[in-house]
Amino acid sequence: MSVLVAEGLRKRFGANEAVAGVSLAVEPGEMLALIGPNGAGKSTCFNMLGGQLRPDEGAVRLGGQDVTGMAPRHLAHLGVGRTFQITASFASMTVRENVQTALLAQKRQAWRFWQAADAQHVGLAEGLLARVGMASQAERPAGVLAYGDLKRLELAMALAGDPVLLLMDEPTAGMAPAERAALMALVRGIARDQGVAVLFTEHDMDVVFGQADRVLVLDRGRLIAQGTPEAVRADPRVRAVYLGTAA
Amino acid sequence: MDLIFLQLLTGLAGASTLFLVAAGLTVIFGVTRVVNFSHGSLYMLGAFIAWSLLSRLPREPDYFVLGVLGAAVATAVIGAVLEVVLLRRIYRAPELLQLLATFGVVLVVQDVALWVWGPVDLSLPRPRWLRGAVEIAGLRFPFYDLVLIVVGPAVLGGLLLLFHRTRWGLLVRAATQDRDMVAALGVDQRVLFTSVFALGAGLAGLGGALALPQGSANLNMDLSVIAEAFVVVVVGGMGSLGGAFLAALLIGVLQAFGIALVPKITLVLVFLVMAAVLVVRPHGLLGKPQAMARGEVEALAPIRPAGPALQVLGLVALLAAILAPFVAGPYLLSVLTEAAVAVLFAASLHVMMGPGGMASFGHAAWFGVGAYAAAFAAKGLGAGMAVGLLLAPFAAGALALLVGAFVVRMSGVYLAMLTLAFAQIAWAVAFQWVEVTGGDNGVLGVWPDGWAADKPTMYWLALLLCVGGALVLRRALFAPFGFALRATRDSALRAEAIGLDAHRLRLAAFVLAGAGAGLSGAVFAYAKGSVFPTYMAIPHSVDALVTVLLGGVQTMAGPVVGAVTFTVLQSWLLMGDFWRIKLGLLIIALVLAFPTGIAGAASAVWDRWRGRAA
Repeated sequence: MSVLVAEGLRKRFGANEAVAGVSLAVEPGEMLALIGPNGAGKSTCFNMLGGQLRPDEGAVRLGGQDVTGMAPRHLAHLGVGRTFQITASFASMTVRENVQTALLAQKRQAWRFWQAADAQHVGLAEGLLARVGMASQAERPAGVLAYGDLKRLELAMALAGDPVLLLMDEPTAGMAPAERAALMALVRGIARDQGVAVLFTEHDMDVVFGQADRVLVLDRGRLIAQGTPEAVRADPRVRAVYLGTAA
Repeated sequence: MDLIFLQLLTGLAGASTLFLVAAGLTVIFGVTRVVNFSHGSLYMLGAFIAWSLLSRLPREPDYFVLGVLGAAVATAVIGAVLEVVLLRRIYRAPELLQLLATFGVVLVVQDVALWVWGPVDLSLPRPRWLRGAVEIAGLRFPFYDLVLIVVGPAVLGGLLLLFHRTRWGLLVRAATQDRDMVAALGVDQRVLFTSVFALGAGLAGLGGALALPQGSANLNMDLSVIAEAFVVVVVGGMGSLGGAFLAALLIGVLQAFGIALVPKITLVLVFLVMAAVLVVRPHGLLGKPQAMARGEVEALAPIRPAGPALQVLGLVALLAAILAPFVAGPYLLSVLTEAAVAVLFAASLHVMMGPGGMASFGHAAWFGVGAYAAAFAAKGLGAGMAVGLLLAPFAAGALALLVGAFVVRMSGVYLAMLTLAFAQIAWAVAFQWVEVTGGDNGVLGVWPDGWAADKPTMYWLALLLCVGGALVLRRALFAPFGFALRATRDSALRAEAIGLDAHRLRLAAFVLAGAGAGLSGAVFAYAKGSVFPTYMAIPHSVDALVTVLLGGVQTMAGPVVGAVTFTVLQSWLLMGDFWRIKLGLLIIALVLAFPTGIAGAASAVWDRWRGRAA
């Protein structure tokens, strides 16, 4: 069964229909890329799937359960891990404490007022950091990390809840090319090993065509093509959208 | 019928002056992004200056107009000077410090006004023409009410024309939208900002001058009007002139009818209406969501538990504090008791301000509620001290829950404005509800039980409860709750994405802060034996803010260090006459000396020192 199913999502901002009827499904262990030119509606689409925006129409189902318009914090407890286009971490904590906080939140242990938080889930946190290659930076303040490291920290935090689905908005934006490939290979490995479904948006076509199992192409709020990277790359409509030539 | 009509007129007339103040506030905020806490002081100055002018001028209508305009212009000039001397230097400072600096101005102006005009309320002998009435459709309308009712819409129209029909107005609107773009276009921002500030100040001064004939110029009008203006601006929508006008009408009419029908709860009514509006329209009647009001995240150094050196120092200090009664005289002991109370008062504010990221300008409200709860337990219930000490944190916490439910959703300046407005209302209730609170005379004879009646025992009890309370709060901040709270402050987006309920966490911090302050208030009540409305007055709230800032917002030891420093400072430096001007200047000096925040400056020095040591 598909991990995530979206049906007929629509979102209108004033006169502009940002997303005009998008349906998609992500399978376990699958890397699904959502691409499109600027303003195609990728982020709007993503924010409807992640609970940041409520769709005007359409439905989102997670593992068969209707989660349309559900708040991000509830989705988190249902196994949706999220990374953001502009990284968001807790700057006043160390890298390890960031992950510990994510673990405490996911295990519903945030409402504890007495025991010392930095002694909780130390092993789990360090394991997660090791998986994303951040073990050596565990004690550094998150506020001083390089951008690529922040992206990896975000990934570790997203993995803290043992997600069934990872929603990654521009996961490699701002990273050097070699780093991009390494991060996405890491994500791909996690998807394969644990059957996590991964839906990501991406500008870098090398990343998209190198790492995605399937690609969805969005233009002006509508899906205009989908399929394997090869099929999408050859699709004349996609070439038209990206290269501006007549279809 | 006539009565209702007259009340309506009174309400509309009051709304006009309120609108003038709120309009100035909102115009200044729109361009400079500074919430000017000293706006009420400009209103007060307008009234005082108008009194000085009008009491010397002939009592004819044209001289009255001349005097009122003269007061407005004089206030505008004062505003311009204020902008050039102070505001201009802090536009890039953190929001909180801007608010605090303008509050420093409030304190300074209070003492200057006291010095120049004296402590007595000054009212204007009203000439016959001012007291006259106009007959319309068989009803007699007070002439001056009609004048005021016309002034509000006239000023609104004038402002809209100014903003939409002149080049200057165009620049102001552009700057409201995007400051940096206007600067990039080569407009001299400094002139623009100064002129906008002068305009806003002039409006406040005009409001004060126009309000004079119906009331008096007095030293309380600054804080009472700023609290009302905050409510109007928040209800109307920050930055919206039309919204401010609508909200001023709503609040003005509500107050007029409230005073006529249910005088005791009018202020509470105002707060409830505001809460109701904000539930339905979180950004106010005509407000738009503030772009990035919450998004400015500063890079913060990780908060560390105290290192071994600091722990030893803390233990030594605690031991010294415990042994103090054996060497200290009664005066020093009472100063130390106050210091202990200040520690918990500051530590409780720190919970919401530091890790919670919510600066309250009305923290004394909870202190006062706790103190009155203790007084109520002692005098009303005739119960022992234990009951009072237990009741206080619950009473303060419960009220904080009620208020917090509405205000914790707000970002930075809104929260500061609303907490100040609420504290001012709480103060006014304590001041006016004489049957229960004794009004200005307070509640006397709130004495501790016999076993704690001697000074050293009371001191030890204060030390136990207040330092113990502060340690419990500190513990919670290093527990999962504290981490989760800091997470919501650092990045609400990320916090929600990992499954945290930011709203509830912030509310919990708000309640915890309220309960802690409530306990400190109860301890203070028993130590002093009396409770007064000044416990919850705004300057007391500012004491807490200054304390936390002195110690550093982002350090856990900060509140303790700050509380002791501030209490000592207060006992020696800030006693006697004109303490306000000293405190005000101290605050302004601190902000100017550490425009990036005192904590920021301290940690920068620390880093440099460590860098050298390594």
